[in-house]
Amino acid sequence: MKRALYVLLGLAVAAALWEGYKAVGNPDGTVLFGVRILPRADDLSMPHLWTVLERLGRPELTGGRPVWIVVASACLFTLGITAAGFVIGALIGLLLAVAMERFRIVERGLLPYVILSQTVPLVALAPLVAGWGGTIMPPWAVVSVIAAYLAFFPVAVGMLRGLQSPSASGVELMRSYAAGWWRTLVKLRFPSALPYLFPALRLAGAAAVVGAVVGEISTGTRGGIGRLIIEYSREATSDPAKVYTAMLGAAVLGLVVAGLVSLLELPLMRHRRHVEVVTL
Amino acid sequence: MSAVVVDKVTKTFNRGRTDEVTALSEVDLTVADGELVSLIGPSGCGKSTLLRLIADLIQPSTGTVTVAGQSAGQARKEQAYGIAFQQAGLFEWRTVLRNVELPLELRGLSKRERKARAEEMLTLVGLEDFAGHYPAQLSGGMQQRVAIARALAVQPPLLLMDEPFGALDEMTRERLQSELLGICTQTGTSTVFVTHSISEAVFLSNRVVVMSARPGRITASITVDLPSRDDAGRQSPAFFEKITEVRQALRGTPAAAPPPRASEGAAAGTDAR
Amino acid sequence: MKWTRAVLPPVIVGVLAIVAWELTVSLGRIAPFILPAPSAIWKELVAQRQNVWEAALASGTNALIGLIAGAALGILVAMAASRFKPLTEVSIPFAAVLNALPIIALAPILNNMFESTSSIPRRLVTAIIVFFPVFVNTLRGLREVNPIHQELMRTYAASGWTFSVKVRLPGALPYVFTGLRQASSLAVIAAVVAEYFGGLQTGLGSRITSAAAFTAYPRAWAFVIGACLLGLVFYLTTLLLERLAMPWRTRLIA
Repeated sequence: MKRALYVLLGLAVAAALWEGYKAVGNPDGTVLFGVRILPRADDLSMPHLWTVLERLGRPELTGGRPVWIVVASACLFTLGITAAGFVIGALIGLLLAVAMERFRIVERGLLPYVILSQTVPLVALAPLVAGWGGTIMPPWAVVSVIAAYLAFFPVAVGMLRGLQSPSASGVELMRSYAAGWWRTLVKLRFPSALPYLFPALRLAGAAAVVGAVVGEISTGTRGGIGRLIIEYSREATSDPAKVYTAMLGAAVLGLVVAGLVSLLELPLMRHRRHVEVVTL
Repeated sequence: MSAVVVDKVTKTFNRGRTDEVTALSEVDLTVADGELVSLIGPSGCGKSTLLRLIADLIQPSTGTVTVAGQSAGQARKEQAYGIAFQQAGLFEWRTVLRNVELPLELRGLSKRERKARAEEMLTLVGLEDFAGHYPAQLSGGMQQRVAIARALAVQPPLLLMDEPFGALDEMTRERLQSELLGICTQTGTSTVFVTHSISEAVFLSNRVVVMSARPGRITASITVDLPSRDDAGRQSPAFFEKITEVRQALRGTPAAAPPPRASEGAAAGTDAR
Repeated sequence: MKWTRAVLPPVIVGVLAIVAWELTVSLGRIAPFILPAPSAIWKELVAQRQNVWEAALASGTNALIGLIAGAALGILVAMAASRFKPLTEVSIPFAAVLNALPIIALAPILNNMFESTSSIPRRLVTAIIVFFPVFVNTLRGLREVNPIHQELMRTYAASGWTFSVKVRLPGALPYVFTGLRQASSLAVIAAVVAEYFGGLQTGLGSRITSAAAFTAYPRAWAFVIGACLLGLVFYLTTLLLERLAMPWRTRLIA
């Protein structure tokens, strides 16, 4: 409750800063040594907040659907892609983590690549898998693949840390009960991994949204919010408020995904503490 | 002048709330110059609380604490004591030498003086060869010795120790006890030593102060006078007699020497089993 | 011996993966638009090395400037926030919420607010993305102080300032570097991907998209390799700095 209040407070401060800068800022931006270091404050670059809100209610083009409906349906489309990517990515991450925990040699061979895959901008691959759309899978599935690629990593690393978190005495206790690998996994390792898993899932959720938005843009998939941002930003000179409505949609999408992921953990994590996962 | 005078100190935590706890009730304690006094008692008897009151880490609810003739707060500001805890609490980003230098640094000593003094202290605890190491490279016992060197660095007239050897194995513990005794005799430092090991208390102290819990109070004060404080001393009959005496005092059975009690005479009478 | 045990398995996996990739593509007759062969990518990389180098330099500059600006701001704001408790309590949930948003999508807006022919928008979006991990981790480090250190400094009658300089800041350093490690990779990713959203087209991102648009897939992959190397350089440099700044740490990446 208190947290929500703080977030609203932060939003109010951000809105005040925006309008405040519009009031005092140079309409053509501040140029220092030939570089524009402060943005233009005119209505074309920074429309009033109420203009953006009001734009949501008006039709997209004359006679078309209202903008908010267009934005909302685009968000839903992207939400579907994100969800598919998130589920695939999380499953792959879980399987990888279990495999790495089970076989030391798999961990030795794969973990460096799992970590490497995040230090290098492989999202840059997004335009390259665009060719898969329509040939070996539908275009939206390509975007899901990109989202899944971004989502698997935090889960794999967080889960591996979690599975390895039980103390040696806990493992030895299970051994003294003559429990095999599987029973140890189910009774000891999974429960102790939960506090690591859920923060990792949250990171994965956020990453999947980024993957879906970037993926839509670079593969040119129509119908989603990422594509809408690009389309609307091309109209920025004639209809500046429009691109902000799409931005707003993307922000709401991010929050909805974060909220849904948090709902997952509610029944399981009531009495437990989170462990911060450092992925890199 | 006494090193420490604790006068009718009561300490209550969470005052006025439902979870109010009286950690110490009407405690009097005097530590003479050069004396080594151990505080011993079950968990929750307030021995650590008493030590922290002397260190001015917390303030008494009523009563006064005097350290070397001045208030505890004043003594803290003048670094009139050195302190060591159960955890060494070394600063992992400083080398061993720089850890010992820290209190001197805060006193504003020059770089050269600091280094000379810190090296002297490290020699005292036998770690002069490890000056350039980082704490993470040392064993637990070595870390604790660095912490003691750090406590001694300002050459304080008073040393406060809160179970400093509690986390160490028995062998290391006995070695460090002898080292501590050597240092204290050499420097003439007064010491208040909190422990829950009876043999440790008897071996180290001139006087063992026994405390009981709920509310925390002093129930006995046993003077120890061993023939010698070395391995022979550890095996002397006097040593074992004192251990028995402290153990009985801890259990509440009247010991051979009647403990000085203020208001508990009636309760103690019915206590004999 | 220990060295080979750590290095050998990943090297074997890497070599096997490349061989399998090459064989799958050439034997399976997979079209280059689905997956080009490693040999074809390597040929393009050699042929295009001048272009890759120049594009990497442009993206690297953007990433570096964004990284430095964002990290400096993150550390400063975290230091300010840790001094005032209410500010900490407001900023932590707020940062958590902002972290869930696709910040990279700000790129087109920034292109409008500045001009699409300057490098500022790409650098700005990089700086904003870098800001969060650095801020969150630094703040956590500044708030977590060993209680024994706190008591010790009190027995030394140390002032608030001394406490900050001698205990709080060095204690927070490992956390700062955790943030910087994440940020260094994010900076490169942001600098490359921001170009997908329009704006000035001089870096690796635009080279990848234009090569893909001309269906020159091996060439696009060559630029991706360039991006990977750039990311690696950033990450390893940060690791090196961490090592130099904290000689007391016996292990990296705990």
